[in-house]
Amino acid sequence: MYRYDEFDHQFVSERTAQFRDQANRRMAGVITEDEFRPLRLMNGLYLQLHAYMLRVAIPYGTLSGKQMRQLAYIADKYDRGYGHFTTRQNIQYNWIKLEESADILQDLADVEMHAIQTSGNCIRNVTTDHWAGAAADELLDPRPIGELIRQWSSLHPEFSFLPRKFKFAITGAPHDRAAVKVHDIGLRAHKNDKGETGWEVMVGGGQGRTPMVAVTVRDFLPEKDVIPYLEAIMRVYNLYGRRDNKYKARIKILVHELGAEKFKAEVEAEYARNPAQTTEVEQRELARIEKYFAKPALEKLSRFAPHFEEAKRANPDFARWAKNNLAAHQHDGYTIVNISLKPEGGIPGDASGEQMRVMATLGERYSQDELRVSHAQNIVLPHVKLDDVFAVWQALKAADLAAANYGLVGDIIACPGLDYCALATARSIPIAQALSRKFADVARQEHYGPVKLNISGCINACGHHHVGHIGILGLDKKGEEFYQITLGGSSSEKASIGTILGPGFAAHEVPDAIETILETYVKLREPGEEFLAAYRRVGPKPFKEALYATA
Amino acid sequence: MPLLKNNEFVSDDWAFLPDDAALPESGKVVVSLTRLVKDWDQLVEFTGLLGLSLANSERTDELEAYLPQLTLVVLTFPAFTDGRAYSQARELRLQGYRGELRAQGNLLPDQFQYLNQVGFDSFVVDERFSLVDWQGASKQMSLAYQRGLYRTAGEREVWSQRHQGFAAWEEQPHAG
Repeated sequence: MYRYDEFDHQFVSERTAQFRDQANRRMAGVITEDEFRPLRLMNGLYLQLHAYMLRVAIPYGTLSGKQMRQLAYIADKYDRGYGHFTTRQNIQYNWIKLEESADILQDLADVEMHAIQTSGNCIRNVTTDHWAGAAADELLDPRPIGELIRQWSSLHPEFSFLPRKFKFAITGAPHDRAAVKVHDIGLRAHKNDKGETGWEVMVGGGQGRTPMVAVTVRDFLPEKDVIPYLEAIMRVYNLYGRRDNKYKARIKILVHELGAEKFKAEVEAEYARNPAQTTEVEQRELARIEKYFAKPALEKLSRFAPHFEEAKRANPDFARWAKNNLAAHQHDGYTIVNISLKPEGGIPGDASGEQMRVMATLGERYSQDELRVSHAQNIVLPHVKLDDVFAVWQALKAADLAAANYGLVGDIIACPGLDYCALATARSIPIAQALSRKFADVARQEHYGPVKLNISGCINACGHHHVGHIGILGLDKKGEEFYQITLGGSSSEKASIGTILGPGFAAHEVPDAIETILETYVKLREPGEEFLAAYRRVGPKPFKEALYATA
Repeated sequence: MPLLKNNEFVSDDWAFLPDDAALPESGKVVVSLTRLVKDWDQLVEFTGLLGLSLANSERTDELEAYLPQLTLVVLTFPAFTDGRAYSQARELRLQGYRGELRAQGNLLPDQFQYLNQVGFDSFVVDERFSLVDWQGASKQMSLAYQRGLYRTAGEREVWSQRHQGFAAWEEQPHAG
């Protein structure tokens, strides 16, 4: 894991002092709310429906046990005993007081964390594959370049007042778990014919009101050129991105309006005009960072774990959880444990302070002191010995953290919606809760196989509904909430935007509608065919017929 | 409105010349990009000092031929949230412009370090902020991660500090 050195510590502590001064000036009325707004936003502090909300950056979703424990402490001390893990691999606290906000930032700085640029029209927290450094299919760990980008983008003087927010996602594996094609910039590591590693640079993906899949501007960018090349992209966007309409201000609109070729030509011209004078320091810095992400010293173990196999035979509940919630590790005898934060009837991504402490302890004891937050709002223990998994599961079960629905229809992504968010047009949490109750039986979820069900409470799409295999979008029609259903979205390496099926549904009709869709799929699937594959084969027609014939 | 330069308020002796006004014999005049391009043959012969005022929608990448003749370039922030002029400033400095680079418009002390770092060295500021506000704002952060930007004496680059002995990105110095 990355550790702060004296410079990082000083940087964050100066930033905290600066924010404390800004908050004091606001409370004393020296600066107006309009002037304070961009300052607090650049430090992750939003004003929501009921209170301030603080969004804490968890760079590339990686946490130590100590950091997770501090998040629990903040939840208990400053919030109502809860935190909400988000689709940006961050955590949000929904009940924050302005006068305590600087203290929280100090508590975060104490454990090498901050809330810098988790909001505002700047470069946001960088996200990566939540199985980074552990996944069996990985080519390289995407976090070192993520950390390099985090540092470079922190308080970047040129790019702090962009036309709109800007999000990076990075994957070092062929199977894209970081949704890189629906981010402003996506990076994917791959090897060229000579065996060298480089990055595919994708620009202009995004969700929101105008969902788009990113276009590739460079197939193979040598690692040493990443920072200067990103500067060129950012400069073109900062100069020419639209500022007349906030809904058309993301880079995807610039790419779309100029056309991919013209946009690419602008970036290449900018890059050629101002080439980096040297990149030795950047390379050195990347090498320095890489050392922090060296593979943990894992034991040499057999692939067969007798204790694990025995526990599965003896305990069917454990066997079921193990089947759904573990993923292949690159090291024999180890596994990746995915903790679902989607219990029956729960709020997706929520965890109590006590649950965070349980997970922190498990991370420390069984997973090389590492935890991850996934963009699907779950927690990952990346390096667990197979023979320890049963003990981990027992501890999770005791803390109500053993939902066995990872990757299944109950593993719902949902934004906070109208229960908290000032932008929302409809509630998403109650819909997620109703669905998770409807499909509470895990055997039934397994029967449906892997399904990504994503819910957003407004068109801004924080709940990723466009890229859900099944997407639900909550809207407002003359004061009534109603929900539009899309099918066929995906955020994988074969990214696609879902198609709207037809007229929306009232909140109480949504669970039955989703059931109809899933049952329709079961009837038409070929042996072994997953939901998304089946949808791509048959298209929306059979689903429409089933849904609107009965509705 | 006061002109801030080297952390002091100074008097401004530049005058903006409207596009339809005749060019004086001498003095310090600022013209628009339209005027600069249209009357270039005449302006090249001008015996006074020449400045350019650029809108933030005007391109900086075709100015290279004009830059050696310019003593002042004025860039505008119509709103503090409109950050185009940061990139314009950077472009101009990267192209080797060494004259005075002035920021005007909706400037706030909390952006002052950013403005300095991208190469601005004079600022038309709002009267409601005191000199003390600006002086304090100029040293809020003593560290920055990015390389190749302008640094005041109190500021350090993290990456260059960590890896000493490697070539720095040379930033064009401020005119002062």
